[in-house]
Amino acid sequence: MYDANKIIPGLVIFVGLMTVPIWSAMGRVVPPPKPKLDTPVIRELAEKKCVEGKEFMKSSHMQFLITWRDEALRKGKRVYINSRGQKYYVSLQNTCMKCHSNKKEFCDRCHNYAGVEDPYCWECHLAPRDAKGNEL
Amino acid sequence: MSMDRREFIKIAGISALLGITGKGAFELLRPGDLDAFEGQEGGAGLRKEDLPKIRWGMTIDVKKCDGQVVQKVRGVCDYLHNIPHFNNKKDEVKWIWGDTYEHAFADGANEYIDDAIKELPFLLLCNHCDHPPCVRVCPTRATFKRPDGIVAMDYHRCIGCRFCMAACPFGSRSFNWRDPREGLKGRKLNPEFPTRMRGVVEKCNFCVERIDKGQIPACAEAAPEVMTFGNLADPNSNIRQVLRVRTSLRRKIELGTEPFVFYLV
Ligand code: SF4
Ligand code: SF4
Repeated sequence: MYDANKIIPGLVIFVGLMTVPIWSAMGRVVPPPKPKLDTPVIRELAEKKCVEGKEFMKSSHMQFLITWRDEALRKGKRVYINSRGQKYYVSLQNTCMKCHSNKKEFCDRCHNYAGVEDPYCWECHLAPRDAKGNEL
Repeated sequence: MSMDRREFIKIAGISALLGITGKGAFELLRPGDLDAFEGQEGGAGLRKEDLPKIRWGMTIDVKKCDGQVVQKVRGVCDYLHNIPHFNNKKDEVKWIWGDTYEHAFADGANEYIDDAIKELPFLLLCNHCDHPPCVRVCPTRATFKRPDGIVAMDYHRCIGCRFCMAACPFGSRSFNWRDPREGLKGRKLNPEFPTRMRGVVEKCNFCVERIDKGQIPACAEAAPEVMTFGNLADPNSNIRQVLRVRTSLRRKIELGTEPFVFYLV
């Protein structure tokens, strides 16, 4: 190979630079996020349960929300009956966020941890606000 | 139907040249498919034949409409749907608005109509057409027709190509050139409805979020003496009775989009 003495160190440097994010984070412990569930509405709930089970919501809330969106917008189905037979009004802004009125301490904590900062839901949907009109 | 590759490429090429894209191109390739498609969309499993038990429509009594009514219903709609205000015509976003007879009926629906009527403001909004051209041209199905006749939008899917704006002969659609949140600053927001984002098209949704809860559109509720909302598929409905006794005009019927907003004169 011509110029092996230049190419090989060059490649080593290149690969090293490309992988900076991986090895610089190695060994660093990032505490897992603790989304906060303490909101006035949740405190009032007799049974502290989400629309569906916790594990399901954790892993699949994004697909779940897309289904809600399509059913409500395209089929006009605005009532969801969950696996426990309970009825919910299908709405991110008016159902999900009524309980999870602490967006910064609930949604954002995991989203930031998982590197999906600011999914663009909030460019249209209104985040919950306190009495003074500041986003929560 | 069968079609060989050459024929396909020919039609595709011609379509591209003519700028026929979106679902319009389908109709060249497979005639008839599109109509089925329009009826199906969003139909809780319903097909066109099973329909329509419900066909929403609206009447607007032109003689009872004045500047105040226009202002009132626009205010109600603007608040309810978080519609931004910008101080120039180009950025304006409107779902319902007042305009002159000449603009409303640019085709001169009846040039000998009473001059007093020509002086009145006409309330204009999306006509929720039966054959909506805006639905035909939308390449992402962001705009679609529900089985109950409402031409609705899924803003998540709108890519802002503005084909629908070119296709709508009624100017019912507005484009968000600017971030709508800018145009909502300092105003009271309706916490129950989203805003839109920059780069999407929007228009009147016949208050579908209210209809799905069994309420009537907010404008018709705010001005019941002017507007009647009801089910045209039901011969005994309030709106059918109004249309039975009053003479009505529709906008640009010669275009065949079949508007479902009727102007009582
Ligand atoms: S009035 Fe325009 S936007 Fe409304 S359904 Fe008809 S073509 Fe579409
Ligand atoms: S029907 Fe609803 S969305 Fe349409 S103009 Fe009236 S208030 Fe606005």
